[in-house]
Amino acid sequence: MAEPAGARTVDVLATDGTVLPFEQAGLVERCAALCVDQVIIFAATGIMVLGALLVLGGALGIHVLSLMIVINFVLRNAYFSFFEVRGGGATPGKHWLRLRVISRDGGALQPEQVLVRNLTREFEVFVPMSVLAAPQGMFPDLPPWAGALCSLWLLVGALFPFFNPRRFRLGDLLGGTIVVSMPRIELRPELVAAPVERRSQPTTDTEYEFTSVQLGQYGIDQLQVLEDLLRVDDEFEHKETLVAVLRRVEAKIGWDTPTPEARAGEFLAAFYAQLRRHLEQKALFGVRQQHKREGRLERGGRSEPPT
Amino acid sequence: MNAGGRFELRSAQFRHERQASWQELESLLKRIEDSGLAVLSHDELTQLPLLYRSAIGSLSVARAISLDRNLVQYLTGLAQRAHLAMYSGRRRPVEGVVQFFARRFPQLLRSFRVPFAIAFGSLLAGVLIGYQLTRHSPDRYYGFVPEALAQDRTPSTPTAQLRAILYSKPRQGVALDVFASFLFDHNARIGISCLALGFAGGVPVILLLFSNGLTLGAMAALYASRGLGGEFWAWILPHGVTELLAVVLCGTAGLVFGAAILFPGSLSRLDRLRTRGRDAGLLVLGAVPMFFFAALFESFFRSLSQEPSLRWTVAALVATGWVLYFASGREAARG
Repeated sequence: MAEPAGARTVDVLATDGTVLPFEQAGLVERCAALCVDQVIIFAATGIMVLGALLVLGGALGIHVLSLMIVINFVLRNAYFSFFEVRGGGATPGKHWLRLRVISRDGGALQPEQVLVRNLTREFEVFVPMSVLAAPQGMFPDLPPWAGALCSLWLLVGALFPFFNPRRFRLGDLLGGTIVVSMPRIELRPELVAAPVERRSQPTTDTEYEFTSVQLGQYGIDQLQVLEDLLRVDDEFEHKETLVAVLRRVEAKIGWDTPTPEARAGEFLAAFYAQLRRHLEQKALFGVRQQHKREGRLERGGRSEPPT
Repeated sequence: MNAGGRFELRSAQFRHERQASWQELESLLKRIEDSGLAVLSHDELTQLPLLYRSAIGSLSVARAISLDRNLVQYLTGLAQRAHLAMYSGRRRPVEGVVQFFARRFPQLLRSFRVPFAIAFGSLLAGVLIGYQLTRHSPDRYYGFVPEALAQDRTPSTPTAQLRAILYSKPRQGVALDVFASFLFDHNARIGISCLALGFAGGVPVILLLFSNGLTLGAMAALYASRGLGGEFWAWILPHGVTELLAVVLCGTAGLVFGAAILFPGSLSRLDRLRTRGRDAGLLVLGAVPMFFFAALFESFFRSLSQEPSLRWTVAALVATGWVLYFASGREAARG
């Protein structure tokens, strides 16, 4: 699979060869998920030790220490692998932030890959954390300058993602995995749901008819900006934006009579529907007009002969 | 025309016809993501691949005919979620672990015979050289054995005391399990650092194994000079077989890792690291429980059995066990 340096997506081929571009998760999201998981591990260790103390009481004595060492080691090392194998690539923290671990080759995520990507955690997270917590305690036998150098070396694991263009963690590099973000996108209502039959009756629709020259002024980019604008739910400020856009469109296509401000939404909806039909038809014949044309049409929209 | 009417736009018509199946897939996915494939009924399970394929098809069509950006994004997200639900590799964690130790781990070691031999050879060379040098001039002992490790065992220690260490009971007040868990934590870290050292081309790994071997050899020489050689090995080997094997395994992993960096062959360094690094990591992973067993053995068995012949027997049994284990799984590999 092609992995151009610096690219932020991983293309996975679906069954019939359709490309699914997975988007790599940002460092901030990944750190946030890690923090959530750490809190859970910390809380779980505390609860288990407390529970053992309550159940066994004083009988535990010196064994509390060994219990804590073992519980902490097991939780630290098993938590991530357990959930990533069981949950199809997501720990509770990742699930919450809608992140998933996937295999970079596009195949199923193997348990081995999960184990390897989590093996390096000790070196990447826990060692640097203890270095930062007690810098002088790590190497008590060494002179201060040597201790500082050694501590710096121990931080290498934590800083690794900042030194490669794709922001891979060491474990991701070895395991052949990548963390992707999977935001849930809602399907918004269709903007042009006007059946043909209604058009046979005289409706307000006919009030706004645009010529193909007028529609040809704009491209796909502008269509999609207009789409976002029409799908905004917020009423405040929205009105002003609509009117501003309306005036610019009118100027660009040389619209004869200025539309009243109250009907700005209606005008733009009609313009969107017709522009989309225009552009989709052109695209079907192989011409994808991405950008708008330079310049404006004169009043009436007829001065420039169609090319 | 039907009740829904025909739409002015092909893309709107297309969306109108397919929308219901997208929403069905979406509701299935939501349930899978929250509680796993097991929550689906039989019918829903058979439905999933069909809906997945239909969503992929819809995505291709939408990319070709629709300029509705939200629609294309929605379908992309839907197809991605369905793809992961179909090919997520969701497993039962316990099953994976059992499979790994039953088959994969022994096979893995067998596929790395050469680096294993090198790692084992460096350790052995260290032991032999340390032993010979210390036998000839006992002063070298101080150079080979760090003070922290030597504790009370130096050439100036009387023989009786050296013998006493071999058969000492654990000190009062320190629970054996605390000792065991400390040992385990310490040893497992050494193993993992072996892997990390592989980054420097594997040279430090050989050095580390060799110097550990020197220490061991020097100690053996000290005991041998007092006629306690056999008893020393009887003291070390019951747990040492497992522990040294695990250290050598980690060393092997470090060498594999280093070789991937130094000699990437026909692949790029990153690609070679990706394929070899995974194997190396798995070797270390398999070695971690070995450290655990070794630590348990060291702190419990050693103080429970005081008889050298019993210690020798156990060491031999453990060694045979490991040889059999790492020779196993061969038939499965062929089949």
